Amino acid sequence: MHNHYYDPEDLKNFGKVTEFEEKMGAKFFEYYQTVFGKGALSAREKSLIALAVAHVVQCPYCIDAYSTDCLEKGANEQQMMEAVHVACAIRGGASLVHATQMMKHVKKVNLP
Amino acid sequence: MTKSLFSQASPLAKGEEQIRILNEGSPKLRTLTPFGKKLEPLGLFPLKRTSLEIFQVNVGKMCNQVCKHCHVDAGPDRREIMTRETMLQCLKALKESSAHTVDLTGGAPEMNPDFRWFVEEIRKLDKKVIVRCNLTIILANPSYYDLPEFFKKYQVQVVSSLPYYDKRNTDRQRGDGVFDKSIKALQMLNEVGYGKGGTGLQLDLVYNPTGAFLPGAQEELEADFKRELKTLFGIEFNQLFVITNMPISRFLEYLEQSGNLESYLEKLIAAFNPQAAKGVMCRNTVSIGWDGYVYDCDFNQQLDLPVLSQTQRRLHVAEINWKAFSEETIIINQHCFGCTAGSGSSCGGSLVE
Repeated sequence: MHNHYYDPEDLKNFGKVTEFEEKMGAKFFEYYQTVFGKGALSAREKSLIALAVAHVVQCPYCIDAYSTDCLEKGANEQQMMEAVHVACAIRGGASLVHATQMMKHVKKVNLP
Repeated sequence: MTKSLFSQASPLAKGEEQIRILNEGSPKLRTLTPFGKKLEPLGLFPLKRTSLEIFQVNVGKMCNQVCKHCHVDAGPDRREIMTRETMLQCLKALKESSAHTVDLTGGAPEMNPDFRWFVEEIRKLDKKVIVRCNLTIILANPSYYDLPEFFKKYQVQVVSSLPYYDKRNTDRQRGDGVFDKSIKALQMLNEVGYGKGGTGLQLDLVYNPTGAFLPGAQEELEADFKRELKTLFGIEFNQLFVITNMPISRFLEYLEQSGNLESYLEKLIAAFNPQAAKGVMCRNTVSIGWDGYVYDCDFNQQLDLPVLSQTQRRLHVAEINWKAFSEETIIINQHCFGCTAGSGSSCGGSLVE
């Protein structure tokens, strides 16, 4: 028997989170549907954004789901990898940009 | 080149084994909803025919390609080919039928030595002809170089598979070098007027997913294909048909070997679309095998699920009675979920918008 925190089969039960708190869960799924419904962005653009965010929040369920969804929306591997690099660049950049604070502090405490 | 399942003597070469796997291949597959149960609440069970429109003929399993998803298990090592005698029997049945279109498929139908004669004879009956051309056949041998001119002469509608507008995805599914040859063949078809506005020469492409996932929206993919093929290669075409991969034959083998079979079938079933079910192509189509036997569709043909005569024998095209045929029940099984998922799937692409 496998022991793991993430079981791909659990994704199928996502909708059942309403079992413990119906009102909030139902509102979430309604909101989720609206977000991914017709809008100013195409279905493929939304799916690529979702894939990128899935990597940032490191959700294996979302990565599986939106990898397939991107393919089903006609995206190719190159576009999907570029989306992940965008996420990676922003995530990395968010760390690196804090180096300005480090530099400012170092310059303050160091002798000129 | 990869061998066909038939040449490898794979158990999956037999329709019976494929049906067994789809229904009983694992404990989970045994629990999945039967296709007929989905039709019942719609009043579609047993599934009956509407009026016959499409007369589809599989003129042979011989092909110059060995595509990984091929439901016919076609390839250069297949020798089954329709004879002129069977073609004559098809022509007689066609003449007596209400079908307005003949859909020629294979294998590569052009490899049948009587292919051109058959097209000429069909056109004499004033029926429209569609050929499922794999494109690379046009460049396979100098004797095929004039196929675009031949198609033009007989106003044949050309329907060709191109799973993606790039080499990587196309060659992965259809074999090394197929993309480059397909592009060249499409340019040759364009040169004689195919796919160009105002010529009346219809050139359609077929997209099917390059793996265990459903196809995207036909309209959006068509816009992508048109933009990319025009920009990159100057190619024009009329329509893009989006087709779902059927979980049979080589694609079934892939699904099994890759551990995707259960999830793919679950996905097809979850995406069951009642509107698509009402419009499934088997309702207005008859499918004739290379040996003249009659089937509800090309998929049932490859699964060896024949139409039976009133005496419970395999029905042959030479003995077809269209009135009796129109009253027969269509044979269904779990593979039929492939035609009813999402926007639906048929030889003419999506079934609903």
